[in-house]
Amino acid sequence: MAVLATLPVAFGLAWLLARGRFAGRMLLDVAVHLPLVLPPVVMGWLLLLAFGPAGPIGHALKSIGVEIAFRWTGAAVAAGVMALPLIVRTIRLALDAVDPRLEEAARTLGASRGRVFRTVTLPLCAPGVIAGAVLGFAKALGEFGATITFVGAIPGETRTIPLAIWGALQSPDGTAMAARLAGLSVAISAAALIGAELLARRARAHAL
Amino acid sequence: MSFAINVARRLGEQDVALAFESDAAVTAIVGPSGVGKTSVLNMVAGVLRPDRGRIAVAGAALFDAASGLDVPVALRRAGYVFQDRRLFQHLRVRANLLYGARGPERLAEVAALLDLAPLLARWPRHLSGGEAQRVAIGRALLSEPAFLLLDEPLAHLDRARGEEVLTMIARARDASGVPVLYVTHRPEEAERLGARMVAMG
Repeated sequence: MAVLATLPVAFGLAWLLARGRFAGRMLLDVAVHLPLVLPPVVMGWLLLLAFGPAGPIGHALKSIGVEIAFRWTGAAVAAGVMALPLIVRTIRLALDAVDPRLEEAARTLGASRGRVFRTVTLPLCAPGVIAGAVLGFAKALGEFGATITFVGAIPGETRTIPLAIWGALQSPDGTAMAARLAGLSVAISAAALIGAELLARRARAHAL
Repeated sequence: MSFAINVARRLGEQDVALAFESDAAVTAIVGPSGVGKTSVLNMVAGVLRPDRGRIAVAGAALFDAASGLDVPVALRRAGYVFQDRRLFQHLRVRANLLYGARGPERLAEVAALLDLAPLLARWPRHLSGGEAQRVAIGRALLSEPAFLLLDEPLAHLDRARGEEVLTMIARARDASGVPVLYVTHRPEEAERLGARMVAMG
C-alpha cells in the first residue's frame, strides 16, 4: 500500500529533480533525502508533530474527517516517507539514463509531450522504476523506528511485522511467534524480489 | 520556394549562420565537419531555436524572430533522419516505422520502396548500419512529412551500403514529392541526387 501510493509521488519528485531547473531545487533535494539520513525516531517524531491531532497537517486532515496518527494509514505514511528517498534516487538515475535524443526524435515525428512520455520516456526507465519500488518495498517492510514513534504498535491497526516480532521477543514465550513472523517476512520479501526480477527482465528485454 | 532560410545562432564559442533560398527538389548543405550543418537542420526541425532569422519551407513560415512565430516541433512535420538514426530501441522495426504514421496503410508501400519487409519483426539493436539507416528513412517518410531532413545519411556506411542507401534516398525523393534538405561533407553525394548545393563554412 505504502509503496504503491508513494510511487507516483516519487516519480514526480524524481522528474522534478532530474529535469527541472528551478529555484529551490536543492532545497527539495535535501528535503526528499532527509528521511535517509535522519535517525528514524526523529523522523517519526517530526511526523507526529506534523500529522498528529495538534499538528498543522493533522489538524487540516481532521477537519475533513481523516485521522492518521495511531492508525494503519499513519503506519503507511511513515513507511512511505521513509522509503521515498530510496525510490526517488533510483528513479532519478533511471531518468537521467534516458536518452533525450530519442525524446527529441519522437517530437519531430509529431508526438505530443504526453505521448513522448508514455511511449518513450516511461518504457525506457521502467527497469529503474521497478528497482525503486523493490527498494522502497524492502525499506517499508522493515521500517521500525519512525513507525513505532509515530503510530505506536497497536495490534490489528499499526503493528507491522517488525513491531510484532520485537513485541514477541519481549515476552518469554514469544519465540515461536517471532519465528513464524520472521518466516512470513522472509516469504514476502523473497516473493517481492522474484516478482521484481521477472518484471525487470521483461522490461529489459524491450529496453535494451 | 522549397526552402527560404536565414538563421543565426550562437553555440558556445561558435557562431552558426546560414542564409539561402532554393527551389530545387533536393537542396544540399555541403561543408566540412564542425561548421554547424547539423545545427541548421536542428533549427529547421524546430529542436534548436535560432537567435534570429526566418525559416520558411514550401511556402509555410515555421520560424520568424521578428514576429515571434515559432511553430512547435511536433507540428512542423519534419521528416528528420538523424545522423545517429535514433531508432527507438524498445520498439520493433515495425513499431518504429509506424511511430509517426496515422495508420498502417502506407507501411507496405514504404517497406517495398526501401526493401524493409524482411526487417519488420526485428529489434533495432539487431540491424546492420545500412538496415538501420533505411528504417530511419522509412520512419521519416511514414510520418507524412512536409519536408525531409537528411543528416549525413551515408556516414558510418561502407561504399556498397552507401550506394544502396543513396539509391533508396533517390527513390524516396521521387516517391514523396516533398522538398529535401540534405547535409553532407561530400559534394559527390549531392551531385548524385541532382541537388542544388549550398556551401557552408
